[in-house]
Amino acid sequence: MSARRIAAEVAAGNRRATEVVEASLAEISTHDGELHAFTEVHAEAAREAARGIDAAVAEGRDVGPLAGVPIGVKDNICQRGRVTSCASKILDGWRPPYDATVVRSLEAAGAIIIGTTNMDEFAMGSSTENSAYGPTKNPVDHSKVPGGSSGGSAAAVGAGMVPLSLGSDTGGSIRQPAAFCGVVGVKPTYGLVSRYGLVAFASSLDQVGPFAQSVEDAALLLEVIAGHDPLDSTSLDVPAPMLVDRLDDGVGGLRVGLCRDLIEGASPEITAAVTASAELLAAAGAEIVEMSIPELHYGLSAYYLIAPAEASSNLARYDGVRYGLRVDAANVAEMNAASRTAGFGDEVKRRIMLGTYALSAGYYDAYYAQAQRTRTLIINAFADAYRSVDLILGATTPTTAFGLGAKVSDPMEMYLSDVFTIPTNLAGHPAISVPAGSDAAGLPIGVQLLGPALSEERLLRAAAVIEKGRS
Amino acid sequence: MAELPDDWEMVVGLEVHTELATATKLFCGCANAFGGEPNTNVCPVCLGLPGSLPVLNEKAVELAIRIGLALHCQIAPSVFARKNYFYPDQPKDYQISQYDKPINGIGHLDLPDGTRVLVERAHMEEDTGKTTHLGGTGRIHGADESIVDYNRAGVPLVEIVSGPDIRSAEQARRYAAELRSILIATGASDGRMEEGSMRVDANVSVRRGPDAPFGTRCEIKNLNSLRSVQRAIDHEALRQVMLLEDGQAIVQETRHWDEDAGRTQTLRSKEEAYDYRYFPEPDLVPLAPSDEQIDAIRASLPAMPAERRRTLVALMGEQATESQADQIASVVDQGIDRYVMAAAAAGVAAPLALARVANELAGALSDGGHLDEDTMVVLLQMEEAGEVSATQSKAVLADLVADGGGDPRAVAKTKGFEQMDAGALDAVLDAVIAENPDAWQRYVEGDDKLTGFFTGKVMAATKGQADGKAVNAGLRQRRG
Repeated sequence: MSARRIAAEVAAGNRRATEVVEASLAEISTHDGELHAFTEVHAEAAREAARGIDAAVAEGRDVGPLAGVPIGVKDNICQRGRVTSCASKILDGWRPPYDATVVRSLEAAGAIIIGTTNMDEFAMGSSTENSAYGPTKNPVDHSKVPGGSSGGSAAAVGAGMVPLSLGSDTGGSIRQPAAFCGVVGVKPTYGLVSRYGLVAFASSLDQVGPFAQSVEDAALLLEVIAGHDPLDSTSLDVPAPMLVDRLDDGVGGLRVGLCRDLIEGASPEITAAVTASAELLAAAGAEIVEMSIPELHYGLSAYYLIAPAEASSNLARYDGVRYGLRVDAANVAEMNAASRTAGFGDEVKRRIMLGTYALSAGYYDAYYAQAQRTRTLIINAFADAYRSVDLILGATTPTTAFGLGAKVSDPMEMYLSDVFTIPTNLAGHPAISVPAGSDAAGLPIGVQLLGPALSEERLLRAAAVIEKGRS
Repeated sequence: MAELPDDWEMVVGLEVHTELATATKLFCGCANAFGGEPNTNVCPVCLGLPGSLPVLNEKAVELAIRIGLALHCQIAPSVFARKNYFYPDQPKDYQISQYDKPINGIGHLDLPDGTRVLVERAHMEEDTGKTTHLGGTGRIHGADESIVDYNRAGVPLVEIVSGPDIRSAEQARRYAAELRSILIATGASDGRMEEGSMRVDANVSVRRGPDAPFGTRCEIKNLNSLRSVQRAIDHEALRQVMLLEDGQAIVQETRHWDEDAGRTQTLRSKEEAYDYRYFPEPDLVPLAPSDEQIDAIRASLPAMPAERRRTLVALMGEQATESQADQIASVVDQGIDRYVMAAAAAGVAAPLALARVANELAGALSDGGHLDEDTMVVLLQMEEAGEVSATQSKAVLADLVADGGGDPRAVAKTKGFEQMDAGALDAVLDAVIAENPDAWQRYVEGDDKLTGFFTGKVMAATKGQADGKAVNAGLRQRRG
């Protein structure tokens, strides 16, 4: 059942939030032993929150647009008093003394956080295999990865354990797992959703966003979490967008660019799904134009300098001094080193070293500064493109979900699975991955729509057309 | 002051950190307060907890601009940057500072002797926590354990970096003193070095004569008083000269000033220096104060010390004496020249006001307590009108300052300092003369040294209540 319908029925008193929560908990206990989408299930707290919603409904109080809707929250979003570890041993057992702004928004909207979801350590990865808690499986095929880094959030929604979840997207960490698990995933405009309480990976790229089984539910959740937050200096001072009410307005008169550079290298089945999606948009009145933005090919290289550089600084604080893991040693410097050696996984260490190197004296200009210039080049190229098109259509991923363990020993191969999603993060723009069929093996395919800053309403409308056309 | 031998010359540049007098920290709502129980004045932001984000304190920006304007700096659009290094008292293991785009660019500071010292920049940054090393040597190397208090973490600082324009330790002390007066005048800082509100690091090198290229420099840390600044620089320059005279090379390093031992010692060598890996802070947006904002701040700046000294000198009349010039420098340094200005504006003779403020008021204030300007003016007027004697005025002032204010006339009355009427003084004079006929005879015959003898007797008899001038006049009148 959709989140929107659950919320409407709970608010109307036709369905009890406690029943909704019990149903979700039952799904979790049936599936999650095998899938391992959750790192922790907050059953008792969820039941209590549900009783609160039911009581509020009984008293005729306003219960919010997500009343009684169970939701999963990624393990890098701070929940007060609950373990928030970024699936890392270095934050093992750390309980934040405060809630992320998005968590407060969820609770104010009546949503019920039913569990914390698994992820690649510190959001570094594309398969949810880099987790201190062990990997999550793809709900469609248990031998495949769910994608990552928000693999737990995608699998939880894909398996129907929850109608909604929150993930974070730094280079594709929402859209890629959404595509792999056959659900909708949105990476909002940088600054539209508060980052306060999102444990930083790469601050200039990170953004919290929704997973849902439908475009409408994704729109509903995005409306709840979007909006200005004075606690985040990079938060945009714009009104929260109205998305749900405009979803059926169609794409008549929109120009959609079919971007060659976001299709080249994708499997034939995915390419066909992109073409079919373009046809659905054309049939609904959009004008499809073929286009190319060659600068996007530099995105991956720029990203793998900028993101690790910021990460090397953001992750410095995990030093064993104040919280998390501490491995005792003879002096402070050795304690720092021993704690970090024991606490971080290989991929995290690889990126810390890469980023430290890129910022080092004598290398800064050749690496970090050059990557920032490339980022500007990509931003300008997108700006040029959006002078002639309203939206851009491409693939979300080059392949469908790959096998568990298939790429763990080849980081470059793993990085390439984000090649189509990364440019959006560099530009700070929004994008959405929407299901567009399956391959011959039955694995989900996602197509990606990209738009300029704050074009969420337009993006979701177009995604709704593709979703509707396929059903 | 130590002189360098032969033709050696020292070259000094100072880096001065000042805490800004804001109500809250630079990036969070915690109080910017000195002391307190360790780790009580903290929150997720200043502790750098995962997921927390900084939000810039606008008041700190205003105070930083005030400092920049007072130092004639170019106020520029600026960018915060992360300075990355591991240290336990650094909650995030990076410090949010400014690097290639500081809020205040090139400026200058003119010393009272006319020397112009370049100010390269005055940028904003956050303070760290405070580490205490326990057991062992009590220093980081060799301590048994270290404890950290994060109450100071996130306190707003401005770092003022001078050019290498200073040529003596005395001049360095003057620069620090002048800068301190300017900081206090702008309202940006209380300038209390003993409490760490203002901290000085010195870059020192030596060379053979003013035309030689700069030598290798050492940075000296831990200069907690103006006296330390001067002593440490003198010591360090001499140390370098002796090494060079001995044919050895100077090793670029950071040195620690040991106040008790009176010498500097190696803290860390160049090889151990950090690579700070500066990059723009992605959690904050660039800062671009508008021209209107800068103009409004400029208009609200009070007169700076140099101008205030000029005003006081002018008030002293034709030519200020050397001791008056010293007093003027001293009251301006201490920020108490406003009492002199207020008294002069109320018609009190400026030299009298300066003398009382520079000596008695400065002394009383330094023992704690305070006094408003109007009260000081009333007391000076009483003294000038002969309502109280100089001695009585000083006694009343001490009481007023200790009590933090009060009515000078009421205080004078409680102390029994009411002016004696002429009849009462005449009676005392006559009595004193009658009791000392031999002395009186000698005085009448012209022994003026006995003036003091009789004045003392009268003062003793009146418990200091008599006006010295009136006593003198009475004695002269009776001598005929």
